[in-house]
Amino acid sequence: MNIITKLAIAASLATALTSVSLAQDLQGKVIGFSQIGSESGWRAAETSVTKQQAADRGIDLKFADAQQKQENQIKAIRGFIAQGVDAIMVAPVVATGWDDVLTEAKEAEIPVILLDRGVDAPEDLYLTSVASDQVKEGRVAGEWLVAEIGDADCKVVELQGTVGSTPAINRKQGFEEAIAGHDNITIARSQTGDFTRSKGKEVMEGFIKAENGGADICAVYAHNDDMAVGAIQAIKDAGLKPGTDIKVVSIDAVPDIFAAMAAGEANATVELTPNMAGPAFDALSAYLADGTAPEKFIITESKLYTPADNPQGEYDTRKGLGY
Amino acid sequence: MRRVPFERLANPQLLALTGVLLLNWLLFPNFFNVTWQDGRFFGSIIDVLNRGAPVAILAVGMTGVIATKGVDLSVGAIMAVCGAVAATMVVAGYPAPIAVGAALLAGLACGLWNGFLVAVLDIQPIVATLVLMVAGRGIAQLITEGSIVTFNDPVLIFIGTGSFLGFPMAAVIAVALMVSVTLLVRRSAIGLFVQAIGVNRAAAALAGIRSRMLLMLVYGLSGLCAAIAGIVVAADIRGADANNSGLWLELDAILAVVIGGTSLLGGRFSIPMAVVGALIIQAMNTGILVSGFPPEFNLVVKAGMIILILLIQSPYAALPFRRRLVTTSKATAK
Amino acid sequence: MTESQYVLEARGIIKIFGGHIALDAIDFGLRAGEVHALLGENGAGKSTLIKILTGAYQPDGGAVLVDGEPVTLDNPLHAQTHGIGTVYQEVNLLPNRSVAENLYLGHQPTRFGLVDHRQMEADARVLLTRYGLTLDPGSELGSHSVAVQQIVAIARAVALSGKVLILDEPTASLDRNEVERLFEVIGELKRSGLAIIFITHFLDQVFAIADRVTVLRNGQLVETQMLDALSRTDVVRLMLGKDIAFNGSTDLEPESAHREVLLEFSGYGRKGTVSPFDLTIHKGEVIGVAGLLGSGRTELARIMFGADPADQGTLRIEGASEAIRHTTDAIGHRFGFCPEDRKAEGIFGDLSVRENIVIALQGKLGWFRALNRDEQLEIAGKFSESMDIRAASLDMPIKLLSGGNQQKAILSRWLATDPAFLILDEPTRGIDVGAHAEIVRTINRLRDDGMAMLVISSELDEVVAYSSRIVVMRDREMVAELHGKNINPGIIVQAIANHPDEAVS
Repeated sequence: MNIITKLAIAASLATALTSVSLAQDLQGKVIGFSQIGSESGWRAAETSVTKQQAADRGIDLKFADAQQKQENQIKAIRGFIAQGVDAIMVAPVVATGWDDVLTEAKEAEIPVILLDRGVDAPEDLYLTSVASDQVKEGRVAGEWLVAEIGDADCKVVELQGTVGSTPAINRKQGFEEAIAGHDNITIARSQTGDFTRSKGKEVMEGFIKAENGGADICAVYAHNDDMAVGAIQAIKDAGLKPGTDIKVVSIDAVPDIFAAMAAGEANATVELTPNMAGPAFDALSAYLADGTAPEKFIITESKLYTPADNPQGEYDTRKGLGY
Repeated sequence: MRRVPFERLANPQLLALTGVLLLNWLLFPNFFNVTWQDGRFFGSIIDVLNRGAPVAILAVGMTGVIATKGVDLSVGAIMAVCGAVAATMVVAGYPAPIAVGAALLAGLACGLWNGFLVAVLDIQPIVATLVLMVAGRGIAQLITEGSIVTFNDPVLIFIGTGSFLGFPMAAVIAVALMVSVTLLVRRSAIGLFVQAIGVNRAAAALAGIRSRMLLMLVYGLSGLCAAIAGIVVAADIRGADANNSGLWLELDAILAVVIGGTSLLGGRFSIPMAVVGALIIQAMNTGILVSGFPPEFNLVVKAGMIILILLIQSPYAALPFRRRLVTTSKATAK
Repeated sequence: MTESQYVLEARGIIKIFGGHIALDAIDFGLRAGEVHALLGENGAGKSTLIKILTGAYQPDGGAVLVDGEPVTLDNPLHAQTHGIGTVYQEVNLLPNRSVAENLYLGHQPTRFGLVDHRQMEADARVLLTRYGLTLDPGSELGSHSVAVQQIVAIARAVALSGKVLILDEPTASLDRNEVERLFEVIGELKRSGLAIIFITHFLDQVFAIADRVTVLRNGQLVETQMLDALSRTDVVRLMLGKDIAFNGSTDLEPESAHREVLLEFSGYGRKGTVSPFDLTIHKGEVIGVAGLLGSGRTELARIMFGADPADQGTLRIEGASEAIRHTTDAIGHRFGFCPEDRKAEGIFGDLSVRENIVIALQGKLGWFRALNRDEQLEIAGKFSESMDIRAASLDMPIKLLSGGNQQKAILSRWLATDPAFLILDEPTRGIDVGAHAEIVRTINRLRDDGMAMLVISSELDEVVAYSSRIVVMRDREMVAELHGKNINPGIIVQAIANHPDEAVS
């Protein structure tokens, strides 16, 4: 055991001793948060929601931006251990290579909570993992379409995420599960739009040409809202009305899809909540108070939003989150 | 008047483009269908022109750089920067022409910076432009603060989605750029000098060619082209996506130039053929979209096609043909 | 048996590249103990024949015989096992390894499975002494002169093959003393019974060392003859198929013709490159520059042309003080410069002959006053005619032309700019006899037309023939200026070798 680890243990023991009696809530706790970076609007929103949640609970949040690099995250976690924080939250950039640093945290008796993504490490090395269920997101989207269409025949075109990426695989699987058994709904075409707006638009243009100028397409299912926004533009360019001629359902619930929804151009989106920190703080609070072990995998809600849910209002509140 | 000889029309690039288009037609019989809709042409072949435009625009600038034995890896990142500049400025309330002007200036400045590193500090082009390739996207993310900056300015949107005489604006811009740069380069001595620098910079210096000015010019032009492509792409999706705009497009642009027959070792170049190269790449992309291949095959199909096209262009590809000629001539001699 | 008189023989060799017949039924025989010169203009087929004799190419027809037995030579290594070794113009050894290692690379003496360095160096010392070299075999090869490296390469080739030695332009980068030394070595090898093929552009050297000569022209065998039966003119006639005039004069050109001063360099120089020098150049005169390789000849030219600008001294052009900081300044003052290394600094290999000729003029005109294609063709056509540039088309890449034609194109490039002062650095190096004569004729013509020239050349006969004055460079310093009557190569060599004050003519 090296000196730093020893010091860290000493420090964390001291903190634990002084705080044990008043650990009812997280007021005044120091929590380190190693964020991946700000590669997308959703990620930026997650960061701002986490900061907001921490502020509401009086937590002293130490924020570290890893700029997409695992070594930066490991460095940040070691730093948190050395500072003797009360808990550590990590949004891991990759799944592997965490065993050593998580063991160090465990030896220092600092609980670690994983946000948003899992890791390939023994489960006893972290307190809990808070993440969305991507399969469920796809399922919710599919179930909405099944309910919306009823018994009518419906040819769906699918805009996949990046080929081989976990969310693309899971969201495809969930959607297919939901429409299974409903023979009136078929996936006519499926291509990757790389999760980007411009590729989503380009692929949708191709689909429209290939499907009789778009007349044969009843709905488009996009693995994220950005591709859906691109697809909406392609549908409009083809002289069709998105939301009416072709229904649009997607996942993530970013502000721009609510703007489209408010304009009647999008029909449904499934929220991937940026509030991973809220459930994490709740679990941590219970654990620190009386040692209640939380569930190992906390699944966040996959809420469905439709034009009935005040899209303009959602747009306005979300716009401020840094999406 | 000089007539264009038939051999020049039957060059490998145009043959490859025809081949890819015919293949698309076989896979999707409606490929060549074009209809008139809302005051513009509408069809897959128009999509090829429209979607191929950004890479074609990049290829115009990239051709000059590669002809000087250089390479510009930063164009994708410059696209992101310039798209971000234009979008944030219109969102902040500046009129579109000023926002576009500022974005073009930003692109030119980025290009001149590359030119400065290459021409004055004599840094290898691949290293010099790598700097902006990495830093540029970061700068773009700083400008947009990590999110997609969506805008509704009609003038700016027109650049990406409008039409001129029924043709998509992006394609019109690409063609106009190709024609004007080709004329500039061929009607002046710039083309000759660029080739001379690319073939032999030492000899060019002794022949009295100021290579620094020329290098600044070609890299500046490449940056300007990247700015135009960045504005077109942002205008197309009505938003500046700093994370994805122009991502990896520098490689497509280099590929387009190489397919267009310009050697990475510098020297002889053809801007129109590089644009044809960009269209070949896009024809493959569009073909994959309309043919209904599963997306897992996209890259394999593309790679296979590109290998085929480059093989056709290889001097060795013509060898069996030539050998046959020799044997026939020998046979007749006997 | 008639064939047994030859160690190495080629019978009816045919080689075709594409549709072009490079060798057309060539017969060639090499005897033991002779030096056999292989001559021909560039493109005559010398290199192709050599490549077939060393196994680098396979013939399309005919046979190669070693000691009267037909053999198939798969590659140069295989040819070595038949006793055929080759030394090329550019030494193909490893400059950063020791002399001994270079001699024994691939067949080092071993002890207990390891390279026995002591044994190897001892062997090397013995071997080198035979070639008259007393140097440390452990020293780096690259630290020695090109001549020494050349001899090491010969020693290696002879040790490995031992029957036939092919020397492909071995003297091209050697100075006069080094050539003599090399010839001593070749003479020794000949006496020891080795058969030697010697390829060169220098006729003097052929007559100095060869016993027989084979002349090729356009892929055809012209003649194989004993040299004693031939005069110099005979050989040239065989090579060219026509007579060319050789100026055998040993007197310098008279200086009195033009006395109008064009350039005055005073205290001109560049630190670490060339010591300050004074030189006045008149219109209509040729200044010859003599000196060994590395004496600062090329550096002198580059300073004058602004390629490496001077950092001291002054220059007056027609009386007015001027500064030349860049090649464009020099060109602006109507200077021109044909560099020594044609391939690296002269030609634009992938560009057409036409573009290569017009580029300096276009550089002078700038970006926007472009010559159109027709103007370019006219200019290029004019010079290709007057300089007799032999190209199938002015639009073909210049790299496909022979060295001599490339040189004429570069000379044309400058003539197109209408220069007042032309610097020629080794204008006749490595080019065929026909082009050589053409260039010498052009120098004479331009001088008579009133152009000032500075010509750097290792061919002293030639320098003497067209120069009005000769400056001698040694150790990056201008050490002598020779003028007047009775200048001959011998005196120049003396000036190069001796101190300047002893070299007054």
